[in-house]
Amino acid sequence: MERIPILKLGPFLLVSIQVDMHDRLVLTLQDDLTERIVQTRARGVLIDISGLDMVDSFIGRMLGNIAGMARILDAETVVIGMQPSVAITLVELGLSLPGIRTALNIDRGMDLLRASLEERTEDFSAGNQAG
Amino acid sequence: MPATKRGSLSIRSQDDVVGVRQAVRRAAVDIGLNLIDQTKIVTAASELARNAFVYGRGGEVLIEDLQESGRRGLRLSFEDHGPGIPDIQKAMTDGYTSGTGLGLGLGGAKRLSDEFQIFSEEGAGTRVVITRWKS
Amino acid sequence: MKQENFTPSSRSRLPEILIREQSSLLADWIESLSASAGGRTGSRSRQQLHEDARTFVTALARGVQDGSLQDLKSSEWSRMHEFLTELSRSRAEEGTSPTETATFLFSFKRPLFGLLKKELAGEPEALAEELWHATALIDGLGLQTTEIFQRSREEIIRRQQQELMDLSTPVVKLWKDILALPLIGTLDSSRTQVVMQNLLEAIVAHSATIAIIDITGVPTVDTLVAQHLLKTVAAARLMGADCIISGIRPQIAQTIIHLGVDLADVTTKATLADAFQLALRRTGGPLPASTASSKQLA
Repeated sequence: MERIPILKLGPFLLVSIQVDMHDRLVLTLQDDLTERIVQTRARGVLIDISGLDMVDSFIGRMLGNIAGMARILDAETVVIGMQPSVAITLVELGLSLPGIRTALNIDRGMDLLRASLEERTEDFSAGNQAG
Repeated sequence: MPATKRGSLSIRSQDDVVGVRQAVRRAAVDIGLNLIDQTKIVTAASELARNAFVYGRGGEVLIEDLQESGRRGLRLSFEDHGPGIPDIQKAMTDGYTSGTGLGLGLGGAKRLSDEFQIFSEEGAGTRVVITRWKS
Repeated sequence: MKQENFTPSSRSRLPEILIREQSSLLADWIESLSASAGGRTGSRSRQQLHEDARTFVTALARGVQDGSLQDLKSSEWSRMHEFLTELSRSRAEEGTSPTETATFLFSFKRPLFGLLKKELAGEPEALAEELWHATALIDGLGLQTTEIFQRSREEIIRRQQQELMDLSTPVVKLWKDILALPLIGTLDSSRTQVVMQNLLEAIVAHSATIAIIDITGVPTVDTLVAQHLLKTVAAARLMGADCIISGIRPQIAQTIIHLGVDLADVTTKATLADAFQLALRRTGGPLPASTASSKQLA
């Protein structure tokens, strides 16, 4: 069965979507990714959609779901590389992908995840000291 | 208005939704729509194809080239023989959904098109026609 | 123009005369052109003028041979049409007015009428008939040059409009990761759309994380334009960049509130300088905590 590969990048996971996704592939990705987050104890997920020439409400919802599920599993999600034409279309469609962080490219996405990781670690130690 | 049939596709599976997207993209590139307009019509087609598949128990789409006083356009007619939509106005409202979608399908497809028409009859099916003109 | 059911090209003797006498016609015409070539022909050289006359007569002979005298737009006249297009274009570039170009063609009537008078001496009715055909033919061609001139002007205007559009939406890089889009003049819906597109493309090209949209030079904003601006901000966010809108005039602030446009999610600053300062603070250093949380899409 067709699957979208998930790569491990230090404490993060990288998913690069290159194919025109049919709905089943989207749902498989959701399953695979949540499993890998738990398995690798990943703290962040980068979803590269620079290869996608359109995002409809179904794919948009999938991105939101993944971010939500990942958050529960203590991993931050950053969607990277959305093309301008896709972004304009999504806005027109009425989707603003609430709760999803975005970055222009992998480097920026990694920066964002690292900063967020530091922040969360600090919060945790601060909480410990206070408690 | 002179319309030329480019093709028609049946929408019976998830893979057909992808097929519709690809066929619409090819047609949009072919008549010279710019990238943003291409993306808009492909996305609208994706929403409507999925609607026909999920709520209309399958259907088909007719793809036509339009030519009117020198400008070119693309017309997509989606038709299903599902249960129909009892309250179109309500169905067009953002956030309304009868299935599992975000409820942006119809309203979103309308916003992404230059022209939008919907005909529905309870028990008989739904027909949605969208047009995007080359700007 | 086809008033009657006869085909004048088959009945008219004009085509036959034109084809047979094209070289003597040309010679006469060139002679009369040389005689009158004082200031009227503008900067066009005498040699060029003679060349034009020669090409015209050849194309005319070709046209009347295959095509109808009535339908000058038919494919048989395509060679003539090509010539007239080239003539109008090159003359327009030299600064010749469309009237002068048409006058040049009309001057062909003189040798043509002279020839007809000679050929049809003693047949006054035929002469009147053929003079009419000749006038209609040359007038039709003269008018075509004017039409062509006008069309090429319209094309130039369209192109300049596009260039103006591109010029008036310059995206400039202010600093590493920071872009600015200073908007000047009235924003209509279509221009705002171009702006939106250019800005988003520039964000990718420069991998900028902050874009400042400065509207100091924009006199008014209507609902549609305000919505386009908001959509730009939303689209930029989806791509991973933040926008700051600066230079909102008091009047525009009032309009925005009256129109009920919600700018709550958008960072606004009074001046471009303030916006730049904020942008520097956000991009400078290893991402302070506040930056990270502001990236969160609300």
